[in-house]
Amino acid sequence: MTEFLQHLVNGLSVGTIYALVALGYTMVYGVLKLINFAHGDVYMVGAFAGYYLSELVGVRPPWADPPPGAGEVFVKATIVTMGAMIICGLLGYVIERFAYRPLRHRARLTALITAIGVSFLLEFGFQLSPLVHTPIEFPPGPSPRVFPALLERVGYEWAGVSLSNYDIIGLLVALGLMLGLQFIVYRTRFGTAMRAVSFDSEVAGLMGIPVNRIISWTFILGSALAAAAAVISAVSRPRIEPLFGLMAGLKAFVAAVLGGIGSVPGAMVGGLVLGLAEEYVAGYTDSSYRDAIAFTVLILVLLIRPAGLFGRFTVEKV
Amino acid sequence: MSIATLELEGVTVRFGGLKALLDFDLVMQPGELVGLIGPNGAGKTTAFNAITGVYQPTEGEVRVGGSRVNGRKPHQICARGVARTFQNIRLFRELSALDNVRIACHARAESGFFDALFLTGRHLREEARILSRAEEYLEVMGLGHRRDEVSRNLPYGEQRRLEIARALATGPKLLCLDEPAAGMNAAEKVELMELIRSVRDRFGIAILVIEHDMRLVMGVSERLLVLDHGCTIAAGTPAEVRRNPRVIEAYLGDAYLEEKQIAVPLPEGSP
Repeated sequence: MTEFLQHLVNGLSVGTIYALVALGYTMVYGVLKLINFAHGDVYMVGAFAGYYLSELVGVRPPWADPPPGAGEVFVKATIVTMGAMIICGLLGYVIERFAYRPLRHRARLTALITAIGVSFLLEFGFQLSPLVHTPIEFPPGPSPRVFPALLERVGYEWAGVSLSNYDIIGLLVALGLMLGLQFIVYRTRFGTAMRAVSFDSEVAGLMGIPVNRIISWTFILGSALAAAAAVISAVSRPRIEPLFGLMAGLKAFVAAVLGGIGSVPGAMVGGLVLGLAEEYVAGYTDSSYRDAIAFTVLILVLLIRPAGLFGRFTVEKV
Repeated sequence: MSIATLELEGVTVRFGGLKALLDFDLVMQPGELVGLIGPNGAGKTTAFNAITGVYQPTEGEVRVGGSRVNGRKPHQICARGVARTFQNIRLFRELSALDNVRIACHARAESGFFDALFLTGRHLREEARILSRAEEYLEVMGLGHRRDEVSRNLPYGEQRRLEIARALATGPKLLCLDEPAAGMNAAEKVELMELIRSVRDRFGIAILVIEHDMRLVMGVSERLLVLDHGCTIAAGTPAEVRRNPRVIEAYLGDAYLEEKQIAVPLPEGSP
C-alpha cells in the first residue's frame, strides 16, 4: 500500500508536468490543426529562461549565509516563474508569427516540417558555445547545467510515503494554472473566440473575430504554460540541457493524443494518466521501461480509440 | 443623399483563367432590400466573398460606408458593418444557439482579454449587455425557446434562422444572405421571406439576398440583379427583370425559348 501511494505521489507530480505541456499541443492543434513539434523545445527554453532569470535576480540557495527569508524566496521564485512564462509567451508568439503564419494556407505538411525545423533550430541553437558572456552566458552550450534551488526542499513522511514541498507546490501551481486555463477557454469571450476559430476559422473571421490575434494568443498561452511546467519540473529535477525538451515534448504529445488532441480537459486527464501509468509500470516492473510506456500507450490509443479519451469521432463527409 | 452602404465598382474576381465575376457594379442604399439571382455557378457567392473579404477582387473597388475595403481582413470588414450567412449552413455546431450568437457579439465588445482574466466590472457589465442582446436576436428570429440547445441538434430551418441571428449580432449595416431559403419547402420559404423583410424594417439595415427561386425573391426585393457566367445580364425592378429575355434564356435555356418562339436579341458585338 505504501508503495502504491508513493507511486501515486510521483505519478501525479510527473503527470501534471505532462498535462501542462500537453495543453500547449492541444490548443495549437485545436486552432490550427498543426502539431507544433517545437513545443517541447519551448519547454526547454522555459527552463533556461528560469535559469538565467535566477542568475539575474540573484537567487541565493537555501544554504547561503545568511539564508534568504521567506519573503525573498517567494518574490524571487515568482519573478523567475512569471518571467520564464512571459519569455516563452513571446517566443511562442514569434514562432507563430514568423515561422507558421506565412505558411498558414500551404499544405498541412509544410507547416509540420517547419515545426520540426523550428525544433531543430532551438535544440541546436542552444548548443552553440556562448556568444554573449555578460550578463549571462548565452547560448548555454551543450553541457548540462544545474537549475538553482529556488526554495528549500522540505521532505515530509506520512505512513511511509515521502513527499516534499516541491511536489505539493508544483501540484498546486499546476492545478491553479489548469483551472485558470479552463476558465479562460470556457468562460471568457477570448476562450469562446478561440473555440470558434477552432470550429471554423473562416466563419469566425466573418463574424468579426480577429483570427490572427486569437491564434497568437493561443500560442502565447500554450508556451507560457510550458514554461511554468519547465520551472516546476526543473526545481525538483534540476539538470537541464538543450536537448531535454525532446523527450518531455514527445511524452506530452502522447498525453495530448491520449486525451484526444484538441480537447483541453483531455490534455489534462491525458497528462495525469500517462504520468501515473509510467510511474506504476516503472515502479512495479523495471524502471528502464519508463520511456517505453508512453509509446506503448500511443500505439494502443491509435489502435483502440484513435480519437482519444475526450475526442470525438468525426465522419468525413464525401 | 446619404452615403451608400455598399458600393462595388467594376469588381472582377479571377481564378487563374476563370473569370468568376466580371466587372460587377452594385450600389446599395441604407435600408434597401436587393436580390441577387442567377443560375448555378453564375458568380453570386463569389460576389459575396468579394464583399466580405474572403476573396480579394482582382480588379475594381469595394467600398463599405464610403471607405475602400479592398485588402482588408474579413473581421475588419465585419467591424465596418457587413455580416453574412452561408449557402451551406456553417454554424459553430458544437456550441449552443446562445453561444453562437454571443460569439458574434464579440465584434462589438469593448472589454478586452485582461478585463476577462481579472473579471473587472467593465467585463461583467459587457457580458451582461451581450447576453441580453444575444437573447434579443434569438427572440427576433423565433429561437428564444432553443437558447441552450446545441446548434447541430436544431431542425434545419431553425439552423438557417440561427445563422441569420448570428449575423445580426455582429451589428451590421448590410446583411448578406446566401440562399437563406435553400432546402425549405414552399410554405417555409414564404415565411422566411416575410421574416427577412421584418428584420430589415426592425433594424433598418440593407439586405442583399442570393436566391435561386426567382418567384420568391421577386416578391420580397425592391431591386434585382441577375448574374450569368460572372456577368450582370439584367438589373432593375422585379417586373422589368421578369420580362428580360436574357434572364429567361439564362434560366430556362435556348430550347425553351425556341419552343415558345421567343426571340432573344443577341448582345452587341457577338457574331
